[in-house]
Amino acid sequence: MQLRIENVSHDYGPLPVLSDINFTIGEGEIVCVIGPSGCGKSTLLRMLGGLEKPTRGQILEVGKPPEGSLNPLTYVFQDFALLPWRSVHGNISLVLEGHGLSKTDIDTRIKDVLERTRLSDFESAIPKQLSGGMKQRVAIARALAVDPAVLLMDEPLSALDSQTRELLMADLIGLWERERFAACYITHNLNEAVRLGHRVVVLSRRPGKVREIVEIDMPLEDRDMTDPRIAKLQQDLWDMMREEALDADRELTT
Amino acid sequence: MSVTDIDSASTDSDVRPVPFRGGGFKTIDRKFVGLGVFIVLFAFWEWGSRSGFISSLVLPAPSEALEAFMDLARSGDLQLHLAASLQRLVLGFTCGTLLGLTVGTLIGLNSLARAGISPLVSAIFPIPKIALLPLFIIWFGIGEGSKVATILFGSFFPTVIATYSGIDGVDRTLIRMGQSFGLSRWHIIRKIVLPATLPSILSGMRISASISIILLVAAEMIGAEYGIGAYVLLAGNLMATDQLIAGVVMLSILGLIVNFLISRAEKYLLSWRS
Ligand SMILES: Nc1ncnc2c1ncn2[C@@H]1O[C@H](COP(=O)(O)OP(=O)(O)O)[C@@H](O)[C@H]1O
Ligand SMILES: [Mg+2]
Repeated sequence: MQLRIENVSHDYGPLPVLSDINFTIGEGEIVCVIGPSGCGKSTLLRMLGGLEKPTRGQILEVGKPPEGSLNPLTYVFQDFALLPWRSVHGNISLVLEGHGLSKTDIDTRIKDVLERTRLSDFESAIPKQLSGGMKQRVAIARALAVDPAVLLMDEPLSALDSQTRELLMADLIGLWERERFAACYITHNLNEAVRLGHRVVVLSRRPGKVREIVEIDMPLEDRDMTDPRIAKLQQDLWDMMREEALDADRELTT
Repeated sequence: MSVTDIDSASTDSDVRPVPFRGGGFKTIDRKFVGLGVFIVLFAFWEWGSRSGFISSLVLPAPSEALEAFMDLARSGDLQLHLAASLQRLVLGFTCGTLLGLTVGTLIGLNSLARAGISPLVSAIFPIPKIALLPLFIIWFGIGEGSKVATILFGSFFPTVIATYSGIDGVDRTLIRMGQSFGLSRWHIIRKIVLPATLPSILSGMRISASISIILLVAAEMIGAEYGIGAYVLLAGNLMATDQLIAGVVMLSILGLIVNFLISRAEKYLLSWRS
């Protein structure tokens, strides 16, 4: 299944936030969206998953979601959004309950996804016992448990320290290698964008417009930090964003 | 600065450790101190009464109060008083809490209910419920009805307010998460909203429980044959200060037990809180 964003604009009252956005998230493709803070990235992502309606334009699903997908458009949130009173197992079962699955079905799904994300040892832990990195791993496991067609990730690593972020990025790449999910990955971190994105959509400052779409046709597993091409790409993106970020920073909030 | 500079500085006579300025505001758990204060106080009281330093008419010795309590227990009236009080308390508090939870949830989740009911709640909540007792006696009679109704009323409002403000305070990202996974509204309410409201509900219960005890005693003082409040009032009328103290201590213990139960419930149900 593909997700197509067509001429999407959005206003919050008199405040234009997004203006004429067009791009497509292809099957098995990770599209990173970067832009200065306040340019409407989170708003765009909320619209992609149907949590908000765009003022103009439309978001289209193209093709059928994979067989057995319980929730084709699935979010991974920056602050994890785990229920603190439920164990890891309980947090994942939460999103499987109410779909008419049998208890054994649910348990097999949970066991399977915990294995894939190497969390089996933490099945009965509750969130307060887990580090930030582990919490986000659980949130990713929860998202994968419903067999999504497109993962919608809003700065999933921003609440983590840089070492943990590095580890989770490697985990994400490993998972993608096996599962080939499609994803829209919002970030303000250019390094994440060049490491994880098959394409990088650069938004201007508010109202966010597509400034540029950069294709990176290098396999994810080959991109390491020392690669000069990666460093070059990151520098190019920064050059593109520098002015915008500077202006956005100096803007008064209303 | 070179390494030798540092060395020479450390041999200097003008060297001090950095003065410690932290600490002092952390409470240290000192067990038995409270118990010690109790024992010293009671010993002093007992001694004062026996030596005539405290007039026994004003304040009887703890041993006399204990004696009065034992008399009460031997006469078999203790059970009657306790049973009457506990029955009113449990009945009124349970019904008030259940009703409060229902109405509070309704206000928290439904904007029509909120617009309609919450001004009413705000208007009635600040009335000291004791002032309504005469009205309740007219409505429900001097018997059990008016007493239970007062307690019910007194525990209803704090519960309503605790419940709906708890629902208002539920982390929106959790609700949004539920929606984003396509969970039904009922699913979100039952599995996300209500469990997240539990801390607020329990602290509301703590308040409504102590209000209930106050109202229990007040109601029993107005017209009851049995009940701790009636016992205390009668003792006061007879100037039987030993019985009076015994009754007051029973109320203190009742309050402590209720508080203990709620603390246990919090510990058990809210162990997930960090
Ligand atoms: N629900 C809302 N109502 C009004 N304004 C909003 C709302 N959500 C976001 N905004 C405004 O829209 C702009 C874009 O927000 P957001 O999408 O969160 O930006 P980003 O994620 O890129 O930092 C900001 O200026 C923000 O203040
Ligand atoms: Mg954002």
